[in-house]
Amino acid sequence: MLHTLSLSQLSHGLSQKEFSSVELTRHYLERIKRYDSSLNCYITLCEEEALAQAAAADKILATGSGGPLTGIPMAHKDLFCTKGIKTSCGSKILDNFISPYNATVVQRTLDAGMVLLGKTNLDEFAMGSSNENSYYGPVKNPWDLTRVPGGSSGGSAAAVAARLTPCATGTDTGGSVRQPAALCGITGLKPSYGRISRYGMVAYASSLDQAGPMTVSALDAALLLQVLAGHDSKDSTSLSRPVPSYSEKLTKNLSDLTIGIPEEYFTQDLDPAVGKVLQEAMSALERLGARMKSVRLPNTALGIPAYYVIAPAEASSNLSRYDGVRYGYRCNAPKNLLDLYKRTRGEGFGEEVKRRILVGTYALSSGYYDAYYIKAQKIRRLIREDFMNAFKEVDILLGPTSPTTAFKLGEKVEDPISMYLSDIYTINVNLAGLPALSIPAGSIEGLPVGMQLIGRDFDEMTLLSVGYQYQQITSWHQQQPTLFCE
Amino acid sequence: MKTIPPEEVHYIAHLARINIDSEQLPRYTRCLSDILSLVSEMQKVDTEEISPMAHPLEVIQPLRADEVTEPNFLSSIETFAPEMEAGLFLVPQVIEE
Repeated sequence: MLHTLSLSQLSHGLSQKEFSSVELTRHYLERIKRYDSSLNCYITLCEEEALAQAAAADKILATGSGGPLTGIPMAHKDLFCTKGIKTSCGSKILDNFISPYNATVVQRTLDAGMVLLGKTNLDEFAMGSSNENSYYGPVKNPWDLTRVPGGSSGGSAAAVAARLTPCATGTDTGGSVRQPAALCGITGLKPSYGRISRYGMVAYASSLDQAGPMTVSALDAALLLQVLAGHDSKDSTSLSRPVPSYSEKLTKNLSDLTIGIPEEYFTQDLDPAVGKVLQEAMSALERLGARMKSVRLPNTALGIPAYYVIAPAEASSNLSRYDGVRYGYRCNAPKNLLDLYKRTRGEGFGEEVKRRILVGTYALSSGYYDAYYIKAQKIRRLIREDFMNAFKEVDILLGPTSPTTAFKLGEKVEDPISMYLSDIYTINVNLAGLPALSIPAGSIEGLPVGMQLIGRDFDEMTLLSVGYQYQQITSWHQQQPTLFCE
Repeated sequence: MKTIPPEEVHYIAHLARINIDSEQLPRYTRCLSDILSLVSEMQKVDTEEISPMAHPLEVIQPLRADEVTEPNFLSSIETFAPEMEAGLFLVPQVIEE
């Protein structure tokens, strides 16, 4: 039962020669072949490469010179460029794209000796909250195959939940690591903007995008973050702040900790059953010594309107590169250059991506720029100031990750606005650039509930230590969907 | 409720270089109107005194020496470019005779 082991247990087993990386990798590849046809987590499986990387890791481990994650398999969201392996972004327009270089995130996991099992499914260009916007079809939630896994990192979340990989990467522009982590019952961290390099991570909204670890536990997230975090000269927005030793400082006493409970996160918009689960989680944290304090984030409701200007505006600019000229899909028999652009993009992009490009183009067009784009940037500052004021009184904030548990496949496809509103608790964290962690905190009718912890700039450490200690006295993170237990 | 005329959606799609069929136009028009109504909530707030925030990091853009750091990817680019000849991307004729 190698797939039930945590990253630190796998690391111990590999270093003690209880099993080899090749055996471990084969075990996961077999699980993927057995189960993924019902989940659709993976777009590309890298069997040959994975076994070669595992054999190389075993050689390193034999000399005793491996790092903590050497030989451990993992998966990358198919938004990270992988040299020689297809990087589709879940889009028809990149279905034939093979990157000539590795994203820094990918290179760092390879340098750490990790084994790449494959590339996981996602909403096209990370635009979505249900994974239903993928050119490769939706991912199913391992807890209930009729429900969504969340999005946009739905493939990574479902793969970790079903133990089709020990860990994975995701990206989070408005909640795309945390919301699927919550809906699939796993741990997901969106680090501070600038903590992890964005080089080679295909851009959606550059001032909001951030990569993050998706794992079973907070300890595992700390171990993977250690590999991913740090300055990269290839990304001028990655900061050169020192990276703490995350996994070594998880046991910091919580008796000095004050946790803020934002009033605006516990209103009628929240499913009362989710609210009840969070009350129990707060009691557990109080038993660990933390104090709860009510706080206000008065501009919370303005986050979604501001986000749906800023993110589409940045996307309309970032996605202008897909024009059928240099790489990717090109339409058949273009009449002229304009026809080439328009039909390539009309045929190559899915509906949600086109919708957001149109909204962004509108917001940036002459006559509307001040009313939409500048206005949204002003609101963005108000939202960040809300958080800064709250952090004068408390150390972290606690709330739901998502207002409900996983919804049914197809339920919100025809109603983009209701899909957008499901990101109400996650989006403002991206606008402010803060770190936030989602951890499993309970279950409603067999479906997982996530608790979100939001921290000060670059204070991933406190979030991880609260998550770790909560997971020492609870077992929600260890629960596995019964369909994929064997 | 913010509404946007179909002709404007058509024009925006042209600016974005995205072909939208006439039968799809009503659907996009409805969606865009819904989204613009949602974002118009912002207009209820007075932000006269607030300065725009473009980015979460208030740091100075780092600079580096202007030296070549990337290898030449031409050989791999040729494997995925739709149409190339002599190291150049081919597109339909731009200037018509």
